[in-house]
Amino acid sequence: MSNSDFVLAIEDLTVSFDGFKAIDALTLYVDKGELRVIIGPNGAGKTTLLDLICGKTKASGGSIKFKNNEMTKLAEHQIVRSGIGRKFQTPSIYENLSVFKNLEVSFPRGRGVFGALAFKCTDDVKARIEEVAAEIGLADQLNTEAGLLSHGQKQWLEIGMLLMQDPELLMLDEPIAGMSVRERELTAELLERICRNRSMIVIEHDMDFVKKIAHKVTVMHQGKILAEGPMDKVQNDPKVIDVYLGH
Amino acid sequence: MDKLKKWLGTSDMAGIVVLALVVFVVLPGTVDIFRLNLVGKYLTYAFVAVGLVMLWGYGGILSLGQGVFFGLGGYCMAMFLKLEASDPISTKIQSTPGIPDFMDWNQITQLPIWWEPFRSLPFAILALLLVPTILAFIVGFAMFKRRVGGVYFAIITQAVALVLSVLIIGQQGYTGGVNGITDLKTMLGWDIRTDSAKYILYFANAVLLFGAIFACRAVQRSKLGTLLLAMRDKEDRVRFSGYDVANFKVFVFCLAAMLCGLGGAMFALQVGFMSPSFVGIVPSIEMVIFAAVGGRMSLVGAVYGTLLVNFGKTYFSETFPQLWLFLMAALFIGVVLAFPNGIAGLYESYVKPWLLKSKAPRDTGAPTAQVTPEATPATPPRTSAAPARALDSAPSGKQPDGVGPAVA
Repeated sequence: MSNSDFVLAIEDLTVSFDGFKAIDALTLYVDKGELRVIIGPNGAGKTTLLDLICGKTKASGGSIKFKNNEMTKLAEHQIVRSGIGRKFQTPSIYENLSVFKNLEVSFPRGRGVFGALAFKCTDDVKARIEEVAAEIGLADQLNTEAGLLSHGQKQWLEIGMLLMQDPELLMLDEPIAGMSVRERELTAELLERICRNRSMIVIEHDMDFVKKIAHKVTVMHQGKILAEGPMDKVQNDPKVIDVYLGH
Repeated sequence: MDKLKKWLGTSDMAGIVVLALVVFVVLPGTVDIFRLNLVGKYLTYAFVAVGLVMLWGYGGILSLGQGVFFGLGGYCMAMFLKLEASDPISTKIQSTPGIPDFMDWNQITQLPIWWEPFRSLPFAILALLLVPTILAFIVGFAMFKRRVGGVYFAIITQAVALVLSVLIIGQQGYTGGVNGITDLKTMLGWDIRTDSAKYILYFANAVLLFGAIFACRAVQRSKLGTLLLAMRDKEDRVRFSGYDVANFKVFVFCLAAMLCGLGGAMFALQVGFMSPSFVGIVPSIEMVIFAAVGGRMSLVGAVYGTLLVNFGKTYFSETFPQLWLFLMAALFIGVVLAFPNGIAGLYESYVKPWLLKSKAPRDTGAPTAQVTPEATPATPPRTSAAPARALDSAPSGKQPDGVGPAVA
């Protein structure tokens, strides 16, 4: 397989669960600084695709190259350390720790056992936490127990935890699910801001939101790519209307 | 008085100081040496309970085989003491003088080679710390790297406990079998059976126990402690934040095992024997009960839990010889049902607010609202997670409806 300028190059990726191909010979490229949205009906394999990229599920075949390095053989934490961050569908935060602690734990230092024992929350760590907290709008909630945050704030906190690691590729699985209209707007602005120096893959169902944020849209169906391109082109594609948008 | 109450209510050192008073002043001042020696014995179990607070309370890993590590530490110490007690002069009536008596009874004529190094006290001390730790490392590495956890891990630890106790009983000639290693007399010539030795050993044990508590407290307060809590609740999030989760589990399992080994060694010193009855499944489960009754999130609570359960055991078995096991079971079930966070949980939810009440009006209650790691009960995350999930699923369930009109 050839090397390329793409941040993420997925080629011929296949995964089968007991013969059922959840992802079927899928090929996808993501550019530097691109915000890619993946849409598709339930069971199309969107979340599975993210699982494969971040190593949660092992591929049956094909390759995933991140900055020209093969990812399919690496362990999850190695993939994260090479610069891929992933947000889960339901807010996955540490409910009984404070917002500050949630962000501190995500700071990419002291990741070994003894590193963690010796880790000190120095001024640069604090500065970084405050910076990220301001970015996600939780600057005045640093001492709040994370479990007490509203649903939208929890989603932002998880995004913030990923920002602490400053990943080059950020993958968000339905970041606005369950958010109010106002929260959706704020999230769209947040994603636009944080996308400036990194690539992103977002899975989303809300078409208004997709229109607002997407640089390029990929439509998945039955583990394959059905269509790819700018939002208005994809939206008028008869195949897409048939399997997804029309129903 | 108010100041004292406030300090007791807010400082997290208060619990440790009060426990230190109980262990170093109150108990030695009030009970006779026979009872104090019993307390000393209970306090050796407290090492296991403290280890379980780290492993089970913080790490969320339930091990039902901590007796294995307690036993290994105890046996390492007992082997040294037994060799010292088996000098050629005092064993001259044996057919092979100079070897432990049980070996002689089992027609063994030469000290097994792996017993030899235990003639040295430094080696024995190193072994009693490292043997349990290394075994924990091997078991932990094999299990956690394969992502074995929860009930399955607990079953494996039970199996290890069973295997080791069967092995010890089966290899009677090398281990003393069911009787264990008995008749321990001196350590480097110092008679450990006298009252004065018992006092000294009691205090030495207590000092070591507080050392263990402080060490665990330091771990809890480091980032590693935060990570353990984080792993317990959201293991995947920790993994996908770039941590190799298995390594942290192995570490905390090894830490708990080392504490068990230390407790076992102090047990052998204070009680004067070591036997397989502290290795198997039943004692291992009992040790979990100590931590559960005391409160699995509290290091200090675990010590109280150990003392309470063992006092109960002694009292019930002396007073109601026929009923005591049932009474113990009732105590355990009662505590777990009524106070899932044990004695420490009771203290957090009833005593602390009462201590702070006199000050509360002027204080705006800020200190009570603060949640310290030790104070965090295991239940709130579950209750607070439930509404979050409900919130999440309800609107996202409606999502497709919202999509339709937006596109059309």
